[in-house]
Amino acid sequence: MRVSSETFDDKKALSYSRKRKWKNLILSSFSNPYNIIVFISVVFLAYLILAPLIEMAVTTFTLAQSDARRADGQAGDFTLYYWARLLTSGVSRNLLYVPLMNSLIIAVSTVIIAISLGSVIAWLIVRTDLPLKNFFSLAVIVPYMLPSWCKSMAWLAIFRNQRIGGASGFLSYLGISSPDWLSYGPVAIIVVLSLHYYAYAYLLVSAALRSVNSEIEEMGEILGANKPSILRRITFPLVLPAILSAVILTFSKAMGTFGVPSFLGLKVNYYTISTSLYSTVQRQKGTSFAISLILIAIASINIFINQKIIGSRKSYATIGGKGNRSNLLELGKWGPPIVAVLFLFLGFAVLLPLLILLYQSFMLKAGEFGLSNFTLHYWLGDAVPNISDGLPGVFKSSQFWMFVTNTLKLVFFTSFAATIFGQVLGYINSRGRHLRSGRMVEQLVFIPYLIPSIAFGAMYLSMFASAATVNLFGVTFTVVPSLYGTFLLLVLVSVVKHLPFASRAGTANMMQIGVELEEAGQIVGASFLQRFGRIVFPLSKNGFMSGFMLILISIMKELDLIVILMTPSQATLPYMAYTYSTSGFAQPASAVAIVMFVMVFFFYWIANRFFNADITGGLRG
Amino acid sequence: MSRIHLQGINKFYGDNHVLKDIDLLIEDGEFMTLLGPSGCGKTTILRVIAGLEKPQSGTIHMDERLIVNSGELFFEPPAKRRLNLVFQSYALWPHMTVFDNVGFGLTVNNTPKREIKLLVENALERMQIGAFANRYPSELSGGQQQRVAIARAIVSSPEVLLLDEPLSNLDARLRIDMRAELKRLHLEMGTTVIYVTHDQVEALTMSTRIAVFFEGRIEQADAPMMVYQNPSSLRVAHFIGNPRINLIEGDAMREGKTLTVRSPLGMFRFSESGFTPHMPESGAFGCVLGLRPEDIILRTASGENLTSARIYSIMPAGSETLIQLKMGEETLLSKLLGVRSFVQDQQVWLEFRPERINVFHKDSGLLCKMTDMD
Repeated sequence: MRVSSETFDDKKALSYSRKRKWKNLILSSFSNPYNIIVFISVVFLAYLILAPLIEMAVTTFTLAQSDARRADGQAGDFTLYYWARLLTSGVSRNLLYVPLMNSLIIAVSTVIIAISLGSVIAWLIVRTDLPLKNFFSLAVIVPYMLPSWCKSMAWLAIFRNQRIGGASGFLSYLGISSPDWLSYGPVAIIVVLSLHYYAYAYLLVSAALRSVNSEIEEMGEILGANKPSILRRITFPLVLPAILSAVILTFSKAMGTFGVPSFLGLKVNYYTISTSLYSTVQRQKGTSFAISLILIAIASINIFINQKIIGSRKSYATIGGKGNRSNLLELGKWGPPIVAVLFLFLGFAVLLPLLILLYQSFMLKAGEFGLSNFTLHYWLGDAVPNISDGLPGVFKSSQFWMFVTNTLKLVFFTSFAATIFGQVLGYINSRGRHLRSGRMVEQLVFIPYLIPSIAFGAMYLSMFASAATVNLFGVTFTVVPSLYGTFLLLVLVSVVKHLPFASRAGTANMMQIGVELEEAGQIVGASFLQRFGRIVFPLSKNGFMSGFMLILISIMKELDLIVILMTPSQATLPYMAYTYSTSGFAQPASAVAIVMFVMVFFFYWIANRFFNADITGGLRG
Repeated sequence: MSRIHLQGINKFYGDNHVLKDIDLLIEDGEFMTLLGPSGCGKTTILRVIAGLEKPQSGTIHMDERLIVNSGELFFEPPAKRRLNLVFQSYALWPHMTVFDNVGFGLTVNNTPKREIKLLVENALERMQIGAFANRYPSELSGGQQQRVAIARAIVSSPEVLLLDEPLSNLDARLRIDMRAELKRLHLEMGTTVIYVTHDQVEALTMSTRIAVFFEGRIEQADAPMMVYQNPSSLRVAHFIGNPRINLIEGDAMREGKTLTVRSPLGMFRFSESGFTPHMPESGAFGCVLGLRPEDIILRTASGENLTSARIYSIMPAGSETLIQLKMGEETLLSKLLGVRSFVQDQQVWLEFRPERINVFHKDSGLLCKMTDMD
């Protein structure tokens, strides 16, 4: 319906020019800052995520020089040699099938124990009148702050027996010979991983329990159901989606984890898929990368199942946000025993590992737990040739300060870069939600999440081990520089691996800055940079800092990701603890780990105290 | 102070056709209200004018200047259109003081500091919030925040001021105060104002013209009292007016220059003077009669041309009294000024004045016969 156009003296018909249209199209595409940052981000992500993945896949089909004679071909030929060797040869059993089986056993057992443990603790803390609740709700997430490989070091300090030689553990000192099945291998790995990963189940289930409106349960009570029946028929189904999420998360983490099975399995030739990958990577990259691809495939299937099956049911876990429950289940006479068990548990999961490592760092001779053996040598002593191959005490060692500097340098550079990039990606995600470009970026960024750390490290090794050049119009361009052994490679791999978390933090941060705040600037003529600098950034500062701190802490503990890429001059504290420990230097390893704990807790404190960061926030990244 | 002419504007979000062939001319200095239920596209058209959305087709002229030509993908950036927008959420920057919020646009285009101070203080004074210059938005009440948002929009003396439901977040009393304020502001500044709202009272009381939107189309664009007294369709009639208009079905017959309608209200004969182009040339058709509640006259005694009815329910509100009437199967609503003493189930007689009745075509829903305007 045309309205009031008759009152208007008709404009002369607008001329139409295709040339002007194209000019306008090109001008507006290039001057639109959103398009520019999307373009740059996509190029970056393709280069840093897709290219290494493809490169790794290609390597598994390309014959390497060292295998040319064995496989009857020329270096660089297309070959199925590596896959055949991995899947159907005489060594496949030891290379793939047994480790895969071991990994599955470990992952499934860990899931069962960790999920039961985490859910029960969550239920006790949220739903019962447990005494000392505030203390427990904080204390039960502390184990997660310690990296899992530290717990395996502590495990060894207690259970190590004569089997693998060297000093034995605390139990041996007391005259109790711990059996092999307890000291090393699957049982030890499962226990340590369960003590670590129960935090996922605890956090997810307790959040779900808190969000269940108590009225829903009270309705059941009014209809005459008793407490156990309410728990089974109302509460449990409501938190089931959260439990399933925790199952998937724990399973993929346990499948891909490297540190723990390497500490507790390698010495007795008990391989999981990740340690098998690690031990083949030096000998034969093609095979090793093929194992990586299998590991990535398992993780992807896992996530896929998560999205398909649980994705739709997740929704009702957040029914009724206000459920502030008043009628807690009374534990009655069960209260004190439960508190005692919890204390015992925390003592075992937190205090014991910390104390044993601390204590161990003061023992002159490993395995001698008597007071006469007390020494400050590993902290303050000068180098003595017959102790730990002449390693000086950590505070006397120039090398140690280099490790600290390396660690700090790595965590600051990485978290800074990851956070900035994460904010930019968050900006794209939040502003381009309805656009194809926004969704594409979101999916690209998600890929590193699928890839277990150890496989991710392998991927970067494959990509950046040697330079690749392209000859264009007679000029040679380095497309991929050789970065192996450089600090930059460590930064790159850490940044990209942490992008999923950084970008999610960035998205959450940007989502809370209304588009209208920016548009109000746009209307009065503020350019994109002015809007970003004067409106968006000042408003996102807090989220920026808390994201920064959480990434920093996560990288500080990182071992799995960088272990393959590490060279001695770049070594960080976790890597050194790992190296010392595998060389049999238990005391320097403990000292280094203790220093790392102190730094980790310090940064947690800063993050929590000054930037209001949710210290559980790093869990899902 | 600008005339804005929109021609053939179409806007899609994916498959969702939000604006359908919008043609609208907004004269210099008008207070044009875009009125419609939520989701009808009225905010989108405002954003298209502001330059925050790009339509897929159509042109917009500001005076003689072409600012949008979708055919050639030409869209003047918002800042060059010499307009400003007050957002529904106010969109005040929480990290800036009131002064900085209002002065932001001026600092962006490098206005000298002294001039900024002068202009900002002037705008704050005009909105009577000079005392709050150094406060942060979170330290202000909703009404004060609203004033800051308006001050920010007028500080650079835009030629066109766009307001997106600016009063929807205020409580009822403040809303009436702000209506008066905005109306004064419009007259003082002489700026063209485009105002989006879903509140018909706001639209009727403030505008020089109202464009009523339904489902992405303009259904009627007229002066407020025209829209009220002669809604162009049944949908508009339904939407405008509180309490709602009475709609009664009847049978109409056009013979030459007269229209005869038989309905539960009685029989009416209308002469040609109020006929619209939608009136059938001749013959019988189904019609709907529209009658505003205040145009029903209640009498307590019978008389000629009066129709008997029964009082179903009485709703006194002090300044007015609403009375629900039953006339056989039909229910009518009548509005009387002041407090009235009727009782439930009382018998009354109703008088209808034919010149106050709208006739709509039942099938098309369009207005065929207008009332005599006051």
